[in-house]
Amino acid sequence: MPPPVVAIVGAGQAGFQVAASLHQEGFAGRVVLIGDEPALPYQRPPLSKSYLAGQSGLDELWLRPAEFYPKQQIDLVCGDAAAAIDREKRLLRLASGREIAWDHLVLATGARNRMLAVPGAELDGVLALRTLAETDILRRRLEEVRDVIVVGAGFIGLEFASVAIERDANVHIIEITHHPMGRVVSAQTSEFFTKAHLGWGTEVLLGTGVRRIVGADGRVTGVETTEGRQLPADLVLICIGVIPNAELAHDAGLSIDNGVVVDEYLVTADPAIFAIGDCANFPTPFADGRVRLESVQNAVDQGRCVAAHIAGKREPFRKVPWFWTDQGDLKLQIAGITASHDRAVTRGDPAGGQFSVFCFRGERLIGVESVNRPADHVTARRLLAGDPGLSPDQAADQSYDLRAHARRVASSPGA
Amino acid sequence: MPKVTYVHPDGARDVLDVPVGTSVMRAAIMNGIDGIVAECGGEMMCATCHVYVEPDQLGRTPPQSDDEKAMLEFTASERKANSRLSCQLVATDEFEGLVVYLPETQV
Repeated sequence: MPPPVVAIVGAGQAGFQVAASLHQEGFAGRVVLIGDEPALPYQRPPLSKSYLAGQSGLDELWLRPAEFYPKQQIDLVCGDAAAAIDREKRLLRLASGREIAWDHLVLATGARNRMLAVPGAELDGVLALRTLAETDILRRRLEEVRDVIVVGAGFIGLEFASVAIERDANVHIIEITHHPMGRVVSAQTSEFFTKAHLGWGTEVLLGTGVRRIVGADGRVTGVETTEGRQLPADLVLICIGVIPNAELAHDAGLSIDNGVVVDEYLVTADPAIFAIGDCANFPTPFADGRVRLESVQNAVDQGRCVAAHIAGKREPFRKVPWFWTDQGDLKLQIAGITASHDRAVTRGDPAGGQFSVFCFRGERLIGVESVNRPADHVTARRLLAGDPGLSPDQAADQSYDLRAHARRVASSPGA
Repeated sequence: MPKVTYVHPDGARDVLDVPVGTSVMRAAIMNGIDGIVAECGGEMMCATCHVYVEPDQLGRTPPQSDDEKAMLEFTASERKANSRLSCQLVATDEFEGLVVYLPETQV
């Protein structure tokens, strides 16, 4: 029998991790890693942070150098997209016409940016930030911009705004809701960051949408808000969230619901097909039901889980989710998923820019948001890995020793 | 260019020229040294680029930030007094001859 083949669709952080982990797990077959971008697999987080700001270069983006792939016997296919899956014949057809026979197929297709459906969205200077190619355009444009408008106050938009304001551009953030990053952080943390951006000189328009984007000679010159305000702009960044790339799975008859639906082992309805990373909708004990997460941690840990599974170590996926964002001199670290909390307790010194928000659902700690408080973040990750057993009163009590609590929890039977 | 020695758990040694301004982590990644994972890419969000610095050379390395101290609690192998995150060991001329020991495991 020929050695088994694992085909991985998508060469982002998740797809890369499966390939890298398979051989470490002792998998003896062939690995084909297929990415639709021309570049070597790279890290995305720095694109909206240090790379955008010009503080780090291309060399620091590559997940591994080019020689790594042949050395690890990974057949890396760059710049070719997966076009169709034939589940019966277990074939993957690429846009180039190439066909790859597989025994295990991993969908790590990621997500793409949502477009803003308003007049003028096609003008030159209306840009997005997801890929390396897009970031290189933004990096060049940032050298000469005066008026920047960021549409959407999520992580990416706020990170971009914090870089742009340091370039002395006039920056407006337009956000349709009243809470920047509101999908993922508590009202307290959201408000703190709104004030921080205002303090850096950015204008933040909340509860505001874009009516149209205006231009001259094909180039953007401004934005008209839903309130009728006219704002000048020579660069408009659209960052209003993403759409999971699930069409390939859908066309192959797999179940889709805000991403590719998988079970707790990250397996789709077809036992030979997995889905991981930004495109996967999976059940988790860290939220109420199912989630689809867009993060490095999720991509890496799911990649490892699937590699181990294929190599014969089948285990459910149960890693504590964590996230981070850097904005100006603020580092926000999040452990757990705080979205469904009904009580938030602040610990530390918000006025001094160092605090954590402990989020509870009922009496149970479900997540912690830390601003420039790395020790709290690390402790929270430990606590959430087991039964946290931390009460809101303990969290609020500055004299209560959280680290000692975490050590007790970790050493208690059943943890 | 400073020469840095990476000692694997089995005693095998790799010697790399690490350009000034490049971290001990990044040099390992770009030269295919197993034993450094660096899953967060140098953001001090994971502890998978953990190394032990030759104890009498610790004085040549930059001081630890609060972020690094916190994250060192998350190392998969035992944290020792000479534990560092190699993403924070950005090479200076002082690094000539630096020796770092790779832990048994990073994850």
